Amino acid sequence: MNEAQMLLMKTLDQLKPGEHAVIKNIKSSALTIKLLEMGLLPGKEVKYNYRAPLGDPISVKISGYNLSLRIDEASQVEII
Amino acid sequence: MNNPADTLLHSPPPKTKLSIALVGNPNSGKSTIFNLLTGLNQKVGNYPGVTVDKKSGKTKLSGNTSAEIIDLPGTYSLYPRAADEKVVLDVLMHPEKEKRPDVAVVIADMNNLERNLLLFTQIRDLSIPSVLVLNMADIARKKGTSVDLKVLSHRLGNVPVVSMNARSGEGLDELKQVLSQPIAHADEAFLDVYPLAPESIAEVKQMYGVSNYYEAYQWLQSAERLRFIDDKQEAQLKSIRNAFGFDPNQLQITETTERYRKIQQILQDAVRIPESEEKSSLSDRIDHILTHKVWGYLSFFVILFLIFQAIFAWASVPMDFIDYLFAEFSGWIQNNLPDGILTSLLAEGIVPGVGGIVIFVPQIAILFAFIALLEESGYMSRVVFLMDKVMRKVGLNGRSVVPLISGLACAIPAIMATRSIDSWKDRLITIMVTPLMSCSARLPVYTVLIALVVPASNVWGFINLQGIVLMGMYLLGFLAALGSAWVMKLIVKTKERSFLIMEMPAYRWPRWGNVGFTVLEKSKTFVFEAGKIIFAVSIVLWVLASYGPGDDIAQGEQQVREQAENSNDPALIENLDVAIATSQLENSYAGKFGKWIEPVIRPLGYDWKIGIALITSFAAREVFVGTMATLYSVGEDFDDESTIIGRMRSERNPETGQQVFRPAVAFSLLVFYAFAMQCMSTIAVVYRETKGWKWPVIQTVYMTVLAYVSALAVYQLFS
Repeated sequence: MNEAQMLLMKTLDQLKPGEHAVIKNIKSSALTIKLLEMGLLPGKEVKYNYRAPLGDPISVKISGYNLSLRIDEASQVEII
Repeated sequence: MNNPADTLLHSPPPKTKLSIALVGNPNSGKSTIFNLLTGLNQKVGNYPGVTVDKKSGKTKLSGNTSAEIIDLPGTYSLYPRAADEKVVLDVLMHPEKEKRPDVAVVIADMNNLERNLLLFTQIRDLSIPSVLVLNMADIARKKGTSVDLKVLSHRLGNVPVVSMNARSGEGLDELKQVLSQPIAHADEAFLDVYPLAPESIAEVKQMYGVSNYYEAYQWLQSAERLRFIDDKQEAQLKSIRNAFGFDPNQLQITETTERYRKIQQILQDAVRIPESEEKSSLSDRIDHILTHKVWGYLSFFVILFLIFQAIFAWASVPMDFIDYLFAEFSGWIQNNLPDGILTSLLAEGIVPGVGGIVIFVPQIAILFAFIALLEESGYMSRVVFLMDKVMRKVGLNGRSVVPLISGLACAIPAIMATRSIDSWKDRLITIMVTPLMSCSARLPVYTVLIALVVPASNVWGFINLQGIVLMGMYLLGFLAALGSAWVMKLIVKTKERSFLIMEMPAYRWPRWGNVGFTVLEKSKTFVFEAGKIIFAVSIVLWVLASYGPGDDIAQGEQQVREQAENSNDPALIENLDVAIATSQLENSYAGKFGKWIEPVIRPLGYDWKIGIALITSFAAREVFVGTMATLYSVGEDFDDESTIIGRMRSERNPETGQQVFRPAVAFSLLVFYAFAMQCMSTIAVVYRETKGWKWPVIQTVYMTVLAYVSALAVYQLFS
């Protein structure tokens, strides 16, 4: 992947409340396994529910349940 | 039963006592099933060697088969990040096979089988006979989800699968039925990990004689986390990893992805989920309000406010009644038993001491009931969500809110609750500041002191003024905790990054049974644990207050009598008994102790009697009330003032004639008790959790200094 593509890659934190997306990949980090375990799997549809009043963390819907994660962590999740 | 002849007659003895472990994701309904199975036969202890709560209980399965049910902490996988989750692996992989549970019952939420089955397939691959329980069948039915249990069971390797609705008890009989039959463990692994790292797995399996590949693989994965692996073995395992290029992180990712792939295939065949029309659920609509920037925080505040009002307003009736009972009982003992040491120990030491504890059961029960309600309803995770960013600013995180709120009940379970915080720095800071939250042990002290100096009047007709002051005390503790956390954030350095990836369960009506069990269990623990200390302290204190060095007490009494005879002061002659009692106490060992520390505490406005209470309550704060009860009961006439508050209110300084517990003193004491680290058990738990004396010592020193300085300031301000 070249730099231009990297910049174009959208991540979960960039969605707006109510928007849907499909997970493409989880960036490699110490949190990858945790995110996978919680069901953030490539190919899954994810919905951005809302953000916390102070802007962080956010709530998303995945596999029919609500998951809360920080902006920082959501930026590890690449979406299309 | 263990008669050798019996064994000879009936050999081989059938196993009539099973041990069954309950495992599952958080929010899968595990504790409801645990309560359903065990009812009132529950007990709470510690897992040997660790401070994580171990809930276990007995159940009868059928005929003469009974079982011990062990409730393991909720976890999403066998790869624990938080400290409490580590226990699961420790128990399931115990090196002595007899100590492992005979059966693992894995509870899964039927509405999120994919994620829930991840843990199931891992446990199953440890070759533990497993039963899969699909809970919340009612919700699944309502959504139109249908699960083909036969297909699911078959595809998972012929494991028994039971569908349940734990709330109504549906499926319980079937579960018991399944458990009373022998359960075989699956022969073949669900996911064969051997090809992932053949050399290292083979090496470990041979070296340590573990039973299967997945277990050997877990030894390699969790060398640092498993408690039964010693330092030498850990080093060996690490060198095996290096030798064969075993990369734990990468392999965890591969394993998890593979498991999910297989699970998805199975679910495609076994589960039919209707095309869901996108409509927001009731739970989501509630969240719109409860996580709203205005309504969210407002609701949180209102809930807290309600709790404090309830603690004061609802609890006062049973408390008055208990108070009355114990005072009557003390008086009855004194009047009806023959005079003597034993009678006075009972009437002046033990009964008031125990009464000083039992009286707070109503308040503690209410507090724990609210905490259990918040957990049960799913609201607690919204609090975490709301508070995460605020908490991060001061060096904590959203998850710190749960220990902090639990700290309102007791610092010990609260500090143990920090085990769910994944980052060490966040966890350490939470441990360090949690004891500043006003725990239930302070409640007796607050109640007594507030009742002494704050009128029981209402503001705006319905808000109890004493309740407001009480809430102020809690707020003070909370602010002190935030402030201290912020200071510590600047001091404690770490490279580890903190994270918050958390399920937000749907709102549900609390199961009253679960709330009841929590309240019962916590109140019982409070009465017996605190009761033990207070019982002992009461006796020691009574001895110290009744005896003195040499014949100081007799001499003191003589002096008072002579003084009374020589002077014509009618007041002194009338109150001769009280004067003698005071002189006796003053000359006792306890009195000498109090006098000895008096110079240190005089700037705070305290006299030597309060000094005695301060010293004894370094063991545990609630001892303050017991001490007051004992000190003021010694030599007391039980006919007039029967309650501790009444006796304290009438207490006057013999020299100045000033009321001892005037507002400045009471407020200064309130602040001292809010901040000082007066709890041996907390110090012990912090020692265990941080594995050393460094942090508990730092904590005790900073809290005591904070307490002294603040109490000094408050006293000077008010007097």
